Amino acid sequence: MRVFDFHKCDSVEGAQAAAADGARIIAGGTNLLDLMKLQVETPDSLVDINRVGLDTIDEAHGGLRIGALVRNSDCAADMRIRRDYPVLARAILAGASGQLRNRATTGGNLCQRTRCSYFYDTDQACNKRDPGSGCPAIEGHSRNLAVLGTSSECIATYPGDMAVALAALDAVVEITGADGAERTVPVREFHRLPGDDPTKDNVLEDGDLITAVTLPAPVGGFQAYRKVRDRASYAFALTSIASVVKVEDGKIAHCALALGALAAKPWRDDDAEAMLIGETPSQDLFAKAADAILAGAKGFGDNDFKIPLAKRVIVAALAEATEMTR
Amino acid sequence: MQTHLIVNGEERVLDADPRVTLLDALRHHLRLTGSKKGCDHGQCGACTVQVNGRRVNSCLTLACMHDGDAITTIEGIGTAADPAPVQKAFVTRDAYQCGYCTPGQICSTLAMLDEAEAGWPSFVSATLDANVELTREEIAERMSGNLCRCAAYSNIVEAIQDVASGNGKNTDAGETA
Repeated sequence: MRVFDFHKCDSVEGAQAAAADGARIIAGGTNLLDLMKLQVETPDSLVDINRVGLDTIDEAHGGLRIGALVRNSDCAADMRIRRDYPVLARAILAGASGQLRNRATTGGNLCQRTRCSYFYDTDQACNKRDPGSGCPAIEGHSRNLAVLGTSSECIATYPGDMAVALAALDAVVEITGADGAERTVPVREFHRLPGDDPTKDNVLEDGDLITAVTLPAPVGGFQAYRKVRDRASYAFALTSIASVVKVEDGKIAHCALALGALAAKPWRDDDAEAMLIGETPSQDLFAKAADAILAGAKGFGDNDFKIPLAKRVIVAALAEATEMTR
Repeated sequence: MQTHLIVNGEERVLDADPRVTLLDALRHHLRLTGSKKGCDHGQCGACTVQVNGRRVNSCLTLACMHDGDAITTIEGIGTAADPAPVQKAFVTRDAYQCGYCTPGQICSTLAMLDEAEAGWPSFVSATLDANVELTREEIAERMSGNLCRCAAYSNIVEAIQDVASGNGKNTDAGETA
């Protein structure tokens, strides 16, 4: 690990001031410290925000406001989350291990960096870690990498599970800027596609602090999180899907589908969801929707299998959801 | 930088570089070598300790982030002369081969049993309600953050079942198994 200055703070204002001063925020640290040990991340200064509060889940505007420092374990165990937003509890429980979920936070998990092996290996070129050095993943080992929203610069994925459920639930991120100004960003718009600047994973600017994630009023319906991975537990997704689906009078009345591990962000497709709403559930309809979602998908050899896999996962999730709520 | 830790009930003062992880602080500065360094990246669970009663990977957190926290390591759970029921259960069930992962397995087990008792669901739970039955499948899922490269998993699950079933953690599983 490179040398860094370490700052503690006990208030959001203190954290804000240190962040505005250029300090890197550390919360659970489960991703950042891992990357610092490998010198993929080399911050000059860290500010520990674990004692600033922001660690409660409160009722707000008919929904819930989850503080940025609420641990993943506590979020998944919260009875209100389990009852009204089960897809979120399921997605969190699908990720990492008990030990990691006890440390990992709501805000930090949104900022989790890619698990692309070229990003992790400082002996390799990587446009995300070292801009302009190239992307060997495109012609290399791409098994766990993206098939949607890629660019010629980067094919990394956002690896997490929690944010996929948050995207399906239309959750919103609350952010305080370096100047103290508060703003909100829908989770769906929080992560960035690589384009010509893969260094930026998300819309956060220097000095920004995530303070909370808010969930809108519960929509009910059938909620599920499916995750396909190389082993049954404690592995990143090859493909995942968070589904929130409601069927009324034999027709699909509400449908939110977010796909994980296919792109640099949780992937939703408004057009495909619109194709489903108001329709009678059928395998043909599900296949058409899946084809629409994956119309722009492009494999890179090793990860070609993800496209047919994602189609099956989408169809199966829709079949299960509509069967369960019919 | 000075950090006050309560380790196994005893107040300890650590004076170390901020880069020192909780694991290295325990092993090298406080000479508590029961917690093991396997991968040093939060993947194997050999370094599992409890911080304020919760299991964490001590390799993935900085000691200086734990000022005032209560840390429980394997040394605080039992001794060779007076082992805890969970330690006896691991011995009785032969729940290890080389033993390197065992301190982490045991620290993880005790906190996992508390999580189950608090009604926390897992990825394999059929429902998200508060009734947790610690089947083999549930134990395997809940313990998936602790790897055993000797693959003593089958016996680890049995040891944990002994502790979990015999009226909770205080049962002397070693003698009843």
